[in-house]
Amino acid sequence: MENRLRLLRAERNWSQQDLGQRLEVSRQSVNAIETGKYDPSLPLAFRIAELFGLPIEEIFVSPSSRSSKAI
Amino acid sequence: MQRTPATKRYNWRVVWLSLAYAALLITAVYGFKHQLVPSSLKYAVAVLPALPIIGVFVAIGRYLIEEQDEFVRMLMVRQTLWASGFTLSVWTVWGFLESFDLVGHVDGYWVAVCWFFGLGLGGLANKLSFGDTGSGC
Repeated sequence: MENRLRLLRAERNWSQQDLGQRLEVSRQSVNAIETGKYDPSLPLAFRIAELFGLPIEEIFVSPSSRSSKAI
Repeated sequence: MQRTPATKRYNWRVVWLSLAYAALLITAVYGFKHQLVPSSLKYAVAVLPALPIIGVFVAIGRYLIEEQDEFVRMLMVRQTLWASGFTLSVWTVWGFLESFDLVGHVDGYWVAVCWFFGLGLGGLANKLSFGDTGSGC
């Protein structure tokens, strides 16, 4: 799933390790989410949203909204 | 494997179980080879080396329960699915080949060896699917 995690992290000058520590997940997990290789569970998506103080939909791009735009 | 607290515990468990396996296997082989095992204990002694291997399966189960990092846990789940699929496929084929007397008999404990090999294949599959991110387990 596409997301703005890398951008949001970069704005705060956090490394993947820093973000991983804040979310209590590994650096590899952060990398997998940022690159869209892994979609986080809803609880983790909420933790990410709460950490950045944003609604989930401002961080993660809904696959259905992307496909409807394409149509 | 990623260095999460759960993986550290898992690694330690596997190290201790491997040492136990080596000790029990040597004990059982030595005992049977030198006819030191009384008839009443033969079944029990023969089963001893299997116990740490069963312990490794339990350790993997405990790891999946204890792992808090969902991505790392998913990698291990994928590995175990690969291991199970690979092992079931290999031994299904082997069973038919053996039934038709095309190959010799293989001792059952090789199923576990095959499963652990499959775990390695799963790790490789993770690496191919997720790049360096997937080299965790």
